[in-house]
Amino acid sequence: MPVIDKNTTFRGYRRENGRVGVRNHVIILPLDDLSNAAAEAVAAAIKGTMAIPHPYGRLQFGPDLDLHFRTLIGTGSNPNVAAVVVIGIEDEWTRKVVDGIAKTGKPVVGFGIEGHGDHETIKRASMAAKQFVQHATALHRAECPIKDLWVSTKCGESDTTSGCGSNPTVGNAFDKLHPLGTTLVFGETSEITGGEDLVAARCANDQVRERFMFMFNRYQDMINRWRTSDLFESQPTKGNIAGGLTTIEEKALGNIQKIGRKCTVDGVIDKAEEPTHPGLWFMDSSSAAAEMVTLCAASGYVVHFFPTGQGNVIGNPILPVIKLCANPRTVRLMSEHVDVDCSSLLQREMTLDQAGDKLLEAMLATSNGRWTSAEALGHREFVLTRIHESA
Amino acid sequence: MIHVVLHDAKDTVGVAVVEGIKAGTQLNAWIMDEDKTISVEATQDIPIGHKVALKDMAVGDTVYKYGIDIGKVVASIRAGEHAHVHNIKTKRW
Repeated sequence: MPVIDKNTTFRGYRRENGRVGVRNHVIILPLDDLSNAAAEAVAAAIKGTMAIPHPYGRLQFGPDLDLHFRTLIGTGSNPNVAAVVVIGIEDEWTRKVVDGIAKTGKPVVGFGIEGHGDHETIKRASMAAKQFVQHATALHRAECPIKDLWVSTKCGESDTTSGCGSNPTVGNAFDKLHPLGTTLVFGETSEITGGEDLVAARCANDQVRERFMFMFNRYQDMINRWRTSDLFESQPTKGNIAGGLTTIEEKALGNIQKIGRKCTVDGVIDKAEEPTHPGLWFMDSSSAAAEMVTLCAASGYVVHFFPTGQGNVIGNPILPVIKLCANPRTVRLMSEHVDVDCSSLLQREMTLDQAGDKLLEAMLATSNGRWTSAEALGHREFVLTRIHESA
Repeated sequence: MIHVVLHDAKDTVGVAVVEGIKAGTQLNAWIMDEDKTISVEATQDIPIGHKVALKDMAVGDTVYKYGIDIGKVVASIRAGEHAHVHNIKTKRW
């Protein structure tokens, strides 16, 4: 009997805009580096809130600034977030983030520090945060159809076992989720290199294919503009090489196993953009783990599949990251990080179908509220992608 | 026990999936896409996750994995040897 079908439900939080979250965070979101201290002070004062500090937000401009706003607004808008307190050094850009998040209908308020100082800002923001926590803790999970689940994937510290075991396991799960009307995403543009024709062949139509190749070539142009070598030790990374991966082509062909064998690529989004319909999306994105997972959260995804070979330990503040691994050595040495052990696949003791089902069971448990290893271990990596230098 | 997996019968390298493979070990290699096994003798130690060559390859030859081009040979490789960054390089970038 299949683990999931169209009648499968999970217990999530239905938000004001109809989207469904699997977590109920109240976040204190700094607009910029200068506001981290106040945001962290509020989170320390008000139980049940979480600050999401980061190092950027000043003197950015052009596409880089657009992405900064899109990522912060997307993070606050994510249905895993119940309410948001935004703190910025000044009022105008703070208001821009607040207004963006307010479109979801969820509670959000912003505070500018200039003219008030940290103490006064922390006091006012803490009063709002306390109300938001009491609002959020009064909300209840409700039965939601599987089609309301948005699932992202990105692998990290891959090795050869990723391409043989853990990535095909995600592919099997995606092949089962895709026909049910779920919204899925993969990306890692540089890590398609050598397999771009395979992804292009999976695109649902010519329009999607052209958009995918545009994104792929744009990333290649960026790499060619800056590279001083063949990227050896950057892509593949030193960890990849230690794990046995030799070339970017080999790594890419392993990476692409995550989109399974059947599902079509139904759309293409730029970094941190929100998909507009169900199906499998390609998001132009860095292959650096925390950058990509942060972008998935900002695009609105609520559960993440993260296959690893050598043992990447990443998490995210608002997006539960489910880790799976097929490398028996990593599973033995780093068991506290592994949610789904699929190493027996490589001894033919488990079929790919069974591995995919095991991952889907973990997905449902996580969606119903069970914490992932990364959540229990406190991994909250939040890394903003930069497009270019500040002014 | 399966020592090595490969994806496609066309592959010229396979992946060690057990720890501690020593030179001289007769390797049981599973072709995943066809669900059949072949045999090759390791002539060097192969760390877990690393690749073993399944046939002799000369400089300039294309290396196949997943049945697809993953790079070029830059130092000749004999069947059973460790195949990695010392004898294979990307064709990109």
